[in-house]
Amino acid sequence: MNIGVGLPTTTPGATGELLLEWARRADAAPFSSVAVLDRVAYDSFEPFAALAGAAGVTRRVRLATMIAIGPLRPTGLLAKQAASVHQLSGGRLTLGLAVGARTEDYEAAHAESRGRGQKLAEQLAYIRGGVDGDRVGPSREGIELLVGGLSGQAFSRMARYADGYAHGGGPPRAFASAAARAEAAWKDLGRPGRPKLWGQGYFTFGDVELGHAYLRDYYAFTGGFVEQIVAANPTSPAALKDFVRGYEEAGCDELVLFSTTPEIEEFERLQEALA
Amino acid sequence: MPPLKVDIVGGGPGGLYLAILLKKAEPSTDVRVLERNAPDATFGWGVVFSEETLGSLRDADPETHLEITETFARWNRLDIRFGGRELRSTGHSFSAIARARLLEILQRRCRALGVELDFGVEIEELPDADLVVGADGANSLIRRLGEFGTKVEPEGSKYVWFGTDLVFDAFTFIFKETEHGLFNVHAYPYDERMSTFIVECPDVVWRAAGLDELDEHESLAFCEQLFAHDLRGRELFSNRSLWLDFPKVTNRVWHDGRVVLVGDAAHTAHFSIGSGTKLAMEDSIALANGLVRRSWDVEAAIVDYELERAPVVERTQAAASDSAAYFSRMATYTQMEPLQFAFNLLTRSGRITHASLGIRDPQFTRALDSWFGGRAVSPPPAFSPWGEFPNRFSLVPSGFVAVSPEGRISPETPVIGEWTRPEGPVLLQLGHAGRRGSCRPASAGRDLPLEDGWPIVAPLRVPYGPFSRVPERPDEDEILAQFVAAAEIDVDVLELDMAHGYLLGSYLSPLTNPVEDRLRFPLRMLEAVRQVRRGPLAVRLSITDWHPRGNSVDDGIAIARAMRDAGADLIHVEAGQTVHDDRPEYRRGFLTALSDRVRNEARVPTLVGGYLTTLDEANTIVGAGRADLVLLDLPPAQIERSLDPSNTVLLAEVRP
Repeated sequence: MNIGVGLPTTTPGATGELLLEWARRADAAPFSSVAVLDRVAYDSFEPFAALAGAAGVTRRVRLATMIAIGPLRPTGLLAKQAASVHQLSGGRLTLGLAVGARTEDYEAAHAESRGRGQKLAEQLAYIRGGVDGDRVGPSREGIELLVGGLSGQAFSRMARYADGYAHGGGPPRAFASAAARAEAAWKDLGRPGRPKLWGQGYFTFGDVELGHAYLRDYYAFTGGFVEQIVAANPTSPAALKDFVRGYEEAGCDELVLFSTTPEIEEFERLQEALA
Repeated sequence: MPPLKVDIVGGGPGGLYLAILLKKAEPSTDVRVLERNAPDATFGWGVVFSEETLGSLRDADPETHLEITETFARWNRLDIRFGGRELRSTGHSFSAIARARLLEILQRRCRALGVELDFGVEIEELPDADLVVGADGANSLIRRLGEFGTKVEPEGSKYVWFGTDLVFDAFTFIFKETEHGLFNVHAYPYDERMSTFIVECPDVVWRAAGLDELDEHESLAFCEQLFAHDLRGRELFSNRSLWLDFPKVTNRVWHDGRVVLVGDAAHTAHFSIGSGTKLAMEDSIALANGLVRRSWDVEAAIVDYELERAPVVERTQAAASDSAAYFSRMATYTQMEPLQFAFNLLTRSGRITHASLGIRDPQFTRALDSWFGGRAVSPPPAFSPWGEFPNRFSLVPSGFVAVSPEGRISPETPVIGEWTRPEGPVLLQLGHAGRRGSCRPASAGRDLPLEDGWPIVAPLRVPYGPFSRVPERPDEDEILAQFVAAAEIDVDVLELDMAHGYLLGSYLSPLTNPVEDRLRFPLRMLEAVRQVRRGPLAVRLSITDWHPRGNSVDDGIAIARAMRDAGADLIHVEAGQTVHDDRPEYRRGFLTALSDRVRNEARVPTLVGGYLTTLDEANTIVGAGRADLVLLDLPPAQIERSLDPSNTVLLAEVRP
């Protein structure tokens, strides 16, 4: 199983400089990818812009959106943004897409939230199918495509159009259950082999209060569930090792770990914990 | 820290047990149980426990555990009475206790610890305590006083809960056919004098028998008479026992401020899996542990409790719902041989499989295996498929083979003229891609149109997905001729692909063929092929479109029946993909329940896949009569092993 690291695009206090430093260090360290999240109505960096910045200061790591909310963007523009990052990085984009969970992001983007599932399907068919590829460049060839979500439709879109599945986070058994569903859909749609399985999780080794305050804010939209997210958050190297091992046993191909605070020391603590 | 004031509303097992645990953990806690009824008044008769619960009870409070277990009725046998036969299976441990006795033990322990027990108390508003626990059952008042996102829906058959002074010597299932329909009983002993006796029947049977017009005593008399033989002339006793619908209670959250729900108030589980009391008492253990771990921080503890219990409860509730639905559909299994009927019943929830039953009760499994072995060619433990063909080896599916170049899905799709038959028994999946044709190979994805492809056809000139080609109307005669010509080929099983929104499947669905007589062309096709084809002929169907305006499961079963009548020997059960924006449900074995319904309601042999990956799943499904043939997704290395005749797989999907 590969391990990637999240870039601090959504944590309070993250500067552009800090974000690029995380990317540089991830490229030098044995992380296999860097990943970003996507919000509009939040104090966060735009994912493609962040990945473009990361592309400039890295050579090796994959650049991933875990996930980008496709239907917020007009289809042609989404394809262009993704393909541009892919080309700028010399072909290192892993494009994870989903419909997102918050209506306020759709409102802030002036995008229609009704019918977003259908729109995502169109976007996947457009990007994967190279539709209008001559006119709307640059080339999308070679973009690794993932789909996230937990509905049956998310799994069938994934199996139909993508290379694999992007899980949204949770304890290893939640990932295992989603992975089984992804495999079932993959076979049902008659795809050869198996889907790539990406997972994600958080960790807080430094200021636990600050980290948990971030989680409570970021996941406030889940209501009571946010406390379960906080309670399950690994706050020690041992807990993180358990988490990582659980994902590996569940068949995860790539696990991206996100810090809950942006300070570069968390990157160093993570490296130590995984060593 | 000032001692916490806890009011527990409801003096059932969950509430009393919580009181015990809280008082034990922190004696200074002011714990009060408020119960509406008198201490010795109780509904129900016996409660049943499986072995697992006992461990957690022993750890939580050894004194209670000791008293309860010493009082238990225990047995490890299951009796199934059906079709004039009585079938027994051993190795299933159960314990039971009279509910009144359980409450009495818990009440005594409460008093010994200094818990205040207030009986005959009717609550009207939320008590003013630091923590209020709603342990007041399925119809919880505490829950109704708060905001929990409650949903209550009836599930399963009509049922009535009696006691009897016939002491059964095993957990007993009785199935009795009457002129009105099927009645079934769940019965178990709970002490040396009494047994629980629950009678169930589907709503339609209940009305047909006129039970909606009988009162408590008349209902009891009806049941006594109906089951006189099984009761050996003994009586049934009522405890205000009325015919009820089981309420499935779910809540979005189990806490609202300082109020938390435990047991049935938070979540009921159909009685047919016997877990209601267990869930309640385990909830109490989790809540008490949470409070201790969080140093009596009520809000934090409540969250811990829900975090810990939610997944277990969800799984149990899902299993209970499946079980309730299962019993309400038992009539479809009454045509089975009693041995298979019994195995179907034992494996209904997925918790017991062919392999695990082989360990618990080798005698039963041997009987089942030899019953199967006697009917078919291959020796056990592998189950041989139905019918005439010699199966000592796996049957290998060909994958989609097109009747013509225009009928291909992608350029890589084999066409029947050039298709080379592999070695060994093969199932040939013959089809025409219809509007899903002229697409890129599956390695790139599905339903991605080729830039320079070929013209495609379908009954309705609507493209399959975003950016798909628009199809033309098909030349039905030409296509029929192509299928008939292809059908001359010598294969062990020929399958006509009428599933997944390909050409033939598109005729069958209102979503893709909005005409009156949708079966016209597919039946014409089947009949024409049936004429030339001598060996087994299968039809692959999407039994449900997974779409509100598409074919429902009932529609699919009717189509399967029509195919059977037109000469199909086997139905390959699939679902969905008729349209690209359907709403599928994916998980392990997601098609098994569909195959079960098609096989046992349309009375036609079935072949099913649906992400099955173990031989045990295959043996369990076939043994229980949910399908006749099973398609397994095995990795290539395992397929080699599986072609050994002593460990035969029924079908192996060869995946590159």
